[in-house]
Amino acid sequence: MKKSRLTLRILSYFILLLGLGVVAVPIWYMVSTAFKPQTMVFELPPQIWPNPSTLDNFVKALTTDHFGLYFWNSLKVTLATTTLTVLVSSMLAFAFARLKFPGKEILFYVLLLGMMVPPVMLIIPQFIVAHKLDLYNNLWGLVLVYVTMNISMQTFLLRGVFEDVPRDLEEAAMIDGGSPFTIFTKIVLPLSGPGLAVVVINSFLYSWEEYTWANVNIGDSINRTLPIGIALFQSEHLTEWGQVFAASLIALIPVVLIFILFQRYFVQGISTTGIKG
Amino acid sequence: MRNSKARNQIIPAVIFLLPGFVLLGVFFIGPLLYSFRISFFDWNFAHPDRSVFVGFTNYLTQLKSQIFHRAVLNTAVYTVITVAIKMTLGFAIAVILNQSLRGRTFFRVAYYLPVITSWVIVSLLFTYMFSGMGGLVNYFLKDVLHAISKNIMWLADDILALVPVVLVDIWKGVGWATVIFLAGLQGIPSELLEAAQVDGANRWQRLMKIMLPMMRGTLVFLLVVLVLGGLNAYVPFQLITRGAPQDLTHSILTLMYRATFSRMDFGNGAAISYLLTIFVFVLSLVQLKLLRKPAGE
Repeated sequence: MKKSRLTLRILSYFILLLGLGVVAVPIWYMVSTAFKPQTMVFELPPQIWPNPSTLDNFVKALTTDHFGLYFWNSLKVTLATTTLTVLVSSMLAFAFARLKFPGKEILFYVLLLGMMVPPVMLIIPQFIVAHKLDLYNNLWGLVLVYVTMNISMQTFLLRGVFEDVPRDLEEAAMIDGGSPFTIFTKIVLPLSGPGLAVVVINSFLYSWEEYTWANVNIGDSINRTLPIGIALFQSEHLTEWGQVFAASLIALIPVVLIFILFQRYFVQGISTTGIKG
Repeated sequence: MRNSKARNQIIPAVIFLLPGFVLLGVFFIGPLLYSFRISFFDWNFAHPDRSVFVGFTNYLTQLKSQIFHRAVLNTAVYTVITVAIKMTLGFAIAVILNQSLRGRTFFRVAYYLPVITSWVIVSLLFTYMFSGMGGLVNYFLKDVLHAISKNIMWLADDILALVPVVLVDIWKGVGWATVIFLAGLQGIPSELLEAAQVDGANRWQRLMKIMLPMMRGTLVFLLVVLVLGGLNAYVPFQLITRGAPQDLTHSILTLMYRATFSRMDFGNGAAISYLLTIFVFVLSLVQLKLLRKPAGE
């Protein structure tokens, strides 16, 4: 009995370490390539760390091809999307969790439809709408579509969170003459910190890496976001992998920061989505 | 009293709902219906009023097209392989990580890293690793394992080109499946497993007879979400194979993109996306039906 437990334990670690290797090799290859001079990009056998290594790729990525500008565009789009998603979906969620109004159920089903329709099938008509509203080639065109594509899921998630806020507090406020607006801003929002953090993470990651819609809606190079900039750079400079991955690593910095800062909410985000066993 | 309270809430409700539903109307429901209309027209993008109604022609064109058949086949194969492997590996790793092991948190974070890395970046990374000349994969197969005698031109072959596309999805997706399975495993009461152990059930029996049936909800959720994601695959196909060679390596959505934006044929593009949606809808219903009823009951 004891012996079989030990074997199992060793086997577990063996599988975990094997998996770790599979995860780590591509990441290591990306990082080390970013530090390779161009002449070494296809050199074999691969070295653990390039010798000589160089920071040229990072300097070039930051100074040429407008990567600085793309970074800035991505940041603007992401911050606007995140702010608006939190605002709009928490308002929707509050109405569905706390207010009484006719047609509530039908409207909620309409909202849920947004979680079921594959987003890419909307691209053609969204493109036409963006043209009509003068949002083509405009960063706001990205923001408004991103918010729309996110609110169904995030509202669904927040509705569950808001429903858990104790009602006694609300009734006390009601007696004191508080309106739904005071209850929303003074009671429900302040007590839903972790839930709101999950929404921030979800919408941040989504808009930071979104490619498909941005690729359709952005024509001018000055309005490109990072994913578009990186993909386009690769297709124009087929073999300059060092620069591609230097730019990629820079693009990953905010994601890793968010991940480290909000690590505990990542798991929480999954359990609040409503899948339990 | 109750009635007046309800009436009082209509105005706030409208205010709270308005921003969200304006966005949904303009960018979601409107487009959904508009796209349906477009799919029945030979659509003229510059002058929509000059579009010609063609009935089901666009749908029939697609259903008869060899390239469309191939895209459906590619997407189906991709979905079946990636979903099966991600679920199996994700479950196995979750069961391992669910024990009290030293370094559990570390492994969980490490396995999650590919999940947060963006699709564009990992697609380019796998393109680079699968380069025909000087790529890491060929080096490993040829010079380390001696499994092949000369370099494989992965991206020049219409079947081999799908290998990096499938692998990148598995590499990026296993961590997510693992975390979801872990959440499901933690929902199983430990008394149940202990009781089974006392009754003499071995590990395998506990896994098959208790853990899997108890995780039906998690399994259904993962299956539906992963299949949906697989059928909607776009970025890895678009960036790794680009449909080459000869438009044989498209997914349904890269084909839709090509029809719409490279050929400005919006009618056919819309028809492709509706064909996909109908299929996705039917499949989701079937999946939910199949998994709701426990097998053998």
